[in-house]
This record gives sequence, C-alpha cells and structure tokens, in this order.
Amino acid sequence: MKSFTYERVGTVAEAIDATKRTPHARFIAGGTNLLDLMKLEIETPRHLIDVSRLSLDRIEPSTDGGIRIGAMVRNADLAADARVRRDYGVLARALLSGASGQLRNKATTAGNLLQRTRCPYFYDTYQACNKRVPGSGCSALSGVSRQHAIVGGSQSCIATQPSDMAVAMRILDASIETVRSDGTTRKIPIADFYRLPGATPHVETNLERNELITAVSLPAPVGGLHVYYKVRDRASYAFALVSVAAIVNPDGRGKVALGGVAPMPWRVEAAEEHMVRGAAPVTARVLEGAVTTEQNAFKFSLVERTLAGILSEARGSTK
Amino acid sequence: MVNEDALSISRRGFLAASAGTAATMTIPAAVHADEVQEKPQATRISLTVNTKRRQLELDSRTSLLDALRENLHLTGTKKGCDQGQCGACTVLVNGRRINSCLSLAIMHDGDDVVTVEGLGTPDNMHPMQLAFVKHDSFQCGYCTPGQICSAVAVVAEIKAGVPSHVTGDLNAHPDITRAELRERMSGNICRCGAYPNIIDAIVDVAGARK
Repeated sequence: MKSFTYERVGTVAEAIDATKRTPHARFIAGGTNLLDLMKLEIETPRHLIDVSRLSLDRIEPSTDGGIRIGAMVRNADLAADARVRRDYGVLARALLSGASGQLRNKATTAGNLLQRTRCPYFYDTYQACNKRVPGSGCSALSGVSRQHAIVGGSQSCIATQPSDMAVAMRILDASIETVRSDGTTRKIPIADFYRLPGATPHVETNLERNELITAVSLPAPVGGLHVYYKVRDRASYAFALVSVAAIVNPDGRGKVALGGVAPMPWRVEAAEEHMVRGAAPVTARVLEGAVTTEQNAFKFSLVERTLAGILSEARGSTK
Repeated sequence: MVNEDALSISRRGFLAASAGTAATMTIPAAVHADEVQEKPQATRISLTVNTKRRQLELDSRTSLLDALRENLHLTGTKKGCDQGQCGACTVLVNGRRINSCLSLAIMHDGDDVVTVEGLGTPDNMHPMQLAFVKHDSFQCGYCTPGQICSAVAVVAEIKAGVPSHVTGDLNAHPDITRAELRERMSGNICRCGAYPNIIDAIVDVAGARK
C-alpha cells in the first residue's frame, strides 16, 4: 500500500475545508472497498479524510412523508430499521442479500453507492483495464465475461456495478444529497447519478471532485409487494449474476430494476407498462439493444425467468 | 544449496532498496508540498482491547488486524485472505463483528475491541468456545477464532431482531434456525468444511427452534 497522510473530521464543513487543503485526498468511511483497492494499489490516495464519525448516522422522517438516510448509516442498520423493513422492503431485502454480516456492519450508505466493480480484470493489475488505467484496453471483451454487462457497456468496458442497495434505491426513486467543494448543496436523482462507461469508464458517477454525499432520501412509501431476487453462484455472500428488484401492485402494475447486467442499476421506465402482460415483454424492453458474449448470453433468459418468478409470486400473494 | 540467512538478508536489502526507489519515482515534479509523502506517517491511537487500555503508535497503513497481531501480539485473530473474503480476522468492535483486515487501525482511536483472547481463556472458556470443542467444530483450526467471534455476534444479532436474507417475514422477530445461522455465518469460510459442526455448536449455545 502507498503511504498516505490521514485526518479525521468532525463536521461536514471541516470535511470540505480539508479537501481545499489537500485536493487529491479521498474520503474514507467504512473503508471496506477503498482499503481493499489501496492494498492492491488500484487506489493510491495521498491523503485520507476520515468522515466515518460525522453525525450523518441517523434515519429521519422527511417532510414529504419519506425518509432521509444519513450517508454514514451502516448497511446493517439500514436493513434492520423498522421503517425500512415495513415501507421499503425491497431496500431491506437488497441490503441483506449483499456481502456478509461483518461487511454490512462496516459499509456505509454513501460508500455502498460508490463501491467499484468486481470485474476480475479491474482487480488484476497485470491485465488491461480502461477503468483502472484509462486507454490501456479492456481484457474482459475477449476474456472470461460470464459475470459481465449485457446492456449499457461499451467497446471500452463491460464491467458491472456491484451494489444491490443501489438497484433497490433506483426502483424507489432515491435522491442523493451532497455538498460540493464550494459549500453549495444539491440533490441528485439516482437516475442521474451513475454514468455509462462510453469512452471514459473510469468516471462512474456525476459527482464532482471532492463532492461529499451527506444523505440519501427516499420519497413517501408506494406500497405494493416488494421483492429482491438475486441469482448467484452460491447461496450467500456472492455478487449477483442477475438480480431483479420489483414492486408489484395488486393490479399487476409496478416497477422493475436490474442488477448484475449493466454498469449501473438498470431501469427502463417505459418497460414497466408491460408488467401486466408478463415477464417476456418487460424483459425484451428493459434489455433492448443488449450486446452479449457467448459466455454471458444466459443473463437475458435468466432475467426473464427471475422476473417471471416474481410476477408469479405476486399473483399468488393477491389471491 | 542456497544459504537461508544470506537469502533473507539479501531479500530484506532488496526490499529496502526497492522501497526507496518507489518513493522517489512516485513523487511527481510539481505537487503541493503537503501531499509529498517522504516517509510513512506515524499516528498515535488509544484502543481498549479485551478490557485493557492500549496506546499504539502506528504507520497509518496498518490494518486493525496487523495492529492486533504484530503490535499487540494477540495472534488469536488470524489473517486468511487479507481482503475481506474469508472472515478469519473477525473481531468485535464496539460490540459489532467486523473484518479487522479491511479497517485501518487509526480509524479505531478510542474504540473497544474484543478478540478471541478476550472472550475466554483456556481455564475459563466462553460458552461458544466450549461448544466448538464439544461439537468438534474445526479441523485445522485456522478459521476458528473468526468463526467463534462471528458466532457470538450472530446470536446477539438474532436476539436484537436484526433480519437476514433468509428471514421470511421482515416485520417479525427472526427465529434461531439452522437456515438463519448458516446464512448469517456465510462471511466465515472454513476450507476444512466443518460447517455442520459449527452450526451444531451455535445451536447448542443459542438454542434453535428447528
């Protein structure tokens, strides 16, 4: 690991001030992903600003009937929160399907949104990877691509975004609250938060340099049956091959978002009008334009079958 | 035959030389003075480990795991993968289980840490340690300290009502079942495959419904 200097800040204002003194710093909170990448020298920050003790660790009701989740709320605490379990079940389910008990105790809400791909070529510093070293090429395109994206990828990168939580937040129309380095705040709808790789796969979100996430807000509960199905190579503690987040209303209408198939939580709102007609037309629309390799083509039918299972469960639950 | 001493000395010399080279090569010509790292930063922290207050001065890069093993010589906590995948390094921090390999020690200033040495001693074992012995819940034993720390936390998490991936009704208090315990222990890998006996030990301590 490259050496770095370290400071702990007690307020958001101190965190922003620290970025002005050390422009090439990184924020660290749970550290479960950043530290892993620092050990491999994929991330080499010269200065760490420890934001883990900021008092952004509460889940509070918001004025519009929703909730506001502090950026430092641990994944385990978010999943266990009584309001989240009752009103945002898809979020609790997604969180509980990710990582392990130990990691969920440490990983934060903001950090989970920003976790980086688990593409093996990104992690292997002997391989070409445009996300790790821009312009170096993509070993996954001609390599082992079973885990990789089938929609939203580019000739530069077919890595997937690994977060389960983000898929649930996408379907819940979450907004990400931030403070920029000039001290101004903004609210970014999660639909506008992530970027497709295009020719710049190393740029993953629309956050500015040194912009700090302070909270994630969820709108008022929408009701319906909340489901998160995650299909993976082992029953627990593995990243998704395919995951489907769904909210299904008694009349069969609802919302769908996918994980494991794209460089970002994948949702196509126009596909949701097909939900009453079944999984096939929804899948065809959500995955329209899919580009598959011989190894990951199975993900297309896996999405359709997983969604079919959810819609079948929803019909059963309303009878 | 290669002389072992000569090999280790030359390897150490090589590492020192290459570290120096790396330091000069990675400092760009024009950077802010405050960002140049000539040598690793040392940071003082205070930790409570197994009820004892400990003062440490650490290279900022030191993981909590390395601080426990190398600085405090508490080698019960094991280093398996060092990347958060195996759970051998599991300890309790402020009462919650975490992977100590994926946490910087300096971020734990003032924290309360419990390792397997703090759960019990050979003369006064923790009920979970006794149950692991009784149920033969290990073969090589390397993952065992992490398994035991994790298991103690799992029982507490279920009692506190924390749900899991296999909890049927998110709004009900989770039951202690073998399925719940298997899911909650999935962050602790045992390559000897002692899983059934590990679950038996936890069931013995926690009491399972089915």
